[in-house]
Amino acid sequence: MRRVLPLVIVLATAALVAAGWSGAGGFALRAERSAATAEQAVRALMADIQAHNWDDAYASLDHRNDIQKSDFIAEIAGTDGSLRTYSNLQSFDVWPLHADESHSTLRVRMNWSSAVGSLEELRDLSVIRDGNIWRVVWAKPNFPVVPLQVVPVNYLRWDVIGRRSDDWGGGSVDSPQVRIMSMNAVERPDRVVVLGEVENEDTVPAYLNVNATLLKPDGASLDEQGSFDAISHRLLPKQISPYRVDFPGVRLSQVKSVRMDVRALLVPASADPVISVENQNIAKDALGRKILKGVLVNQSGQTANIAQVLAVFYDSGGKVIWVNDGYLGQALLPQAPVPFAVDIPDDVAARLQSYHVVVNHYIAPTV
Amino acid sequence: MNALLTARLLLVLIALPAIGQPIGLRPPSAVAAGSPVSIATSGAGTATFYLLGPSHAVKRTVQLGQEVSIPGSDLSSSGLYQAIACDSSGCASAAFQVLPASPARFSFLVHPSRVPVNTANAINATALVFDRFENTVLEPSSVAFRFSPGVGEPFNRRVPTELGIAWLQMGSTSKQGPLRVLASVGENAETRVIQQVASEACGLRMQATSGPRNVRLQTEPVRDCGGNPLPDGTVVSFTKIDGAGRSTVDTPIKKGVASAQFSVSGPARISVACGVVLGNEISLGGQP
Repeated sequence: MRRVLPLVIVLATAALVAAGWSGAGGFALRAERSAATAEQAVRALMADIQAHNWDDAYASLDHRNDIQKSDFIAEIAGTDGSLRTYSNLQSFDVWPLHADESHSTLRVRMNWSSAVGSLEELRDLSVIRDGNIWRVVWAKPNFPVVPLQVVPVNYLRWDVIGRRSDDWGGGSVDSPQVRIMSMNAVERPDRVVVLGEVENEDTVPAYLNVNATLLKPDGASLDEQGSFDAISHRLLPKQISPYRVDFPGVRLSQVKSVRMDVRALLVPASADPVISVENQNIAKDALGRKILKGVLVNQSGQTANIAQVLAVFYDSGGKVIWVNDGYLGQALLPQAPVPFAVDIPDDVAARLQSYHVVVNHYIAPTV
Repeated sequence: MNALLTARLLLVLIALPAIGQPIGLRPPSAVAAGSPVSIATSGAGTATFYLLGPSHAVKRTVQLGQEVSIPGSDLSSSGLYQAIACDSSGCASAAFQVLPASPARFSFLVHPSRVPVNTANAINATALVFDRFENTVLEPSSVAFRFSPGVGEPFNRRVPTELGIAWLQMGSTSKQGPLRVLASVGENAETRVIQQVASEACGLRMQATSGPRNVRLQTEPVRDCGGNPLPDGTVVSFTKIDGAGRSTVDTPIKKGVASAQFSVSGPARISVACGVVLGNEISLGGQP
C-alpha cells in the first residue's frame, strides 16, 4: 500500500501531462514536424518558422543548392529594420500542385501578422524525396549586391523653427494649402469607399489627413471616417497622393452626399529618399488574381526600412475608380530593386485604363 | 460681488418709478474714456452713490448738493454708464455715455502668410484701431498701409476705418519674394511680411540624354508663367512607358531643375509633369 499510492500519483500526473499535450495540439504538431510525406515536410517547415526554430527549419531543408543558414533566416525573419522584422507567421495553408514519386510541388499561403496588419505571402515550394523523408528545396535568396560606392546626398530639408507670437496677428504662418483634386464614392460588396486624389499646392511640405462624412437624405451624419494609412500623409510641394476612406457596413443607397474635410499641418520634412517605381504592369498572380506589379528602386543612399505602395486606378475618362495599397516586407536598400504587387478587384480590372503608383516610406531613426 | 451689486441696483431701478425723487443727478451727456468727470447732485444730506458701467461698478457715500468726482480710472471702458444716488427718501438715476478715447494702438492682421504671385484679391490686410484702454475707436480714423515688394517700387494705400476697422484686399505682385506691409495710425506702426511664392509651373520642358542602356532626363529650369523659379523641393514626376511597362519617379527640384534616370527597353515614351501641369513628351527609339 505504501508503494501503490506514489505509483498512482505518478501515473495520474503522467496522464494529466499527456492530456494537456494532446489538448494543446501536440499530435498535430508532431504530425507537422514529421516529414513522411511532402505535405508533412512543408507543414513541419512552416511550424518551425512559426516557432522561430531556425536550426530545425534549416536542418529540414534540402541543401543541394548550398543555401546558407544566415541567408535563409534573413529572408524569413527580415533584415535592416524591414517590416518582416516586426512580423510573425500567424497561420499557413498548404495544398499540392504536383506530385510524383520523388518530387512534389506545393503551394503555401503564409499569413503574417505585422505592425501594419495582416500580410499574405504565396510561395510555391519544391519538395524532394530523400530516402524515407521529404525535404523542402528552399530557393536560394537572391539578395541584391550593390557595388561599393559613394552616393552624394545633397538632400533638401524643411525645418519649422521659432515659436508662435503671443501678439494677435503678429507671427503666424499659414497651414499649407492643399486641395482635393477628385472624389468618387463607390460601392463594394461590404462597404462604401470614398476615394480620390489630393494635391499639396503650396511651396512647403504638408502633413495631411483626409476625412469624409457620409450624409443621409435628411442631412444628418451617417458615418465619419478618416483615410488612416491609405494615403501619403506627408506631401512635398506639388506632390499628389491618392486617398481612400472606407465605410464598412454602409450601402450607397443610404447616402445622399459626402462631406470632405482635408486638414494640413506645417511639418519638417526631407525630400529624400527618392524612390522610383519601375516596370509596372498589370498581370496575374499564382492564384489567377489581377495584380499591379513592378519594382521599387531606392535611388538614394539611405535605407528605407518600411515601404508602402499606394496605387490609384483610373477609368477611360480619367476618373479615379479604385485605390489600393500594399506593404513590402523587405527594406529598400540603396539602388536595390525590390518587387511589389497590389491586388486589383476583377470589376476594377475590367474598367481600368491607367494607373499611378505613389510610395510611402518609413526610415527608422538612427541611434 | 459685482453681480450681487448689479442685482441690487436693478431692484432699485425697478422700484424707482414708485418712489419720489427728491434728489437729482446731472452727469455730462458724454465723456472720453479715461477722463475724470464731475456729476452735479441736488438734494440735502448724504446718499449712497452707485456708478454702474459695462465692466465696472462703484459704490460710495456722497454729500448731496455737491459734485461727485469720478476719477478716469473708473471710466476706462467705453459704453453706457448709469449713475444712481439713493437716500432714505428714494433714488435718482441718470445715464451718460463714455466714448473711446483717441487712437493709441492697433492690431494688424495680414492674411495669408504665403501667396502665389499674380493672384487677384489674395492679400487681405486688416487693422483694428483701439484707444489706450483697448476700446475700439468707433470714430473714423485713417490707417496708412505701405507695401514694399522685394522687387519694384513701394506703394501706399490709405483706408478710413469703419466702426474701428480698416481693411483692404489686393492682388499679389508678379515677382516672388517678401512683401512688407507697414500699417500706421498716427505715431504707431506695425509691419508684417508676406512671402510671395512662385505659382504653377509654366512651359515645363525636359531634355533626354540617351546612354547605352538608359536615358537621363533633366528639365529646363522650372519656372512659373511670370518667370519665377519654382522652389527647390517641388516635386516633378517623370513617367516612362516602354516594353517593360510603366515606370515613374517623383523627384524634387534641386538647384532649379529636376532630373531622373530610367533604363529603357525598346521604344519608349517619356512625359513630365509638375502637380497638375503637364510638360513635353519625348519618344525614344530605344535599344534593339
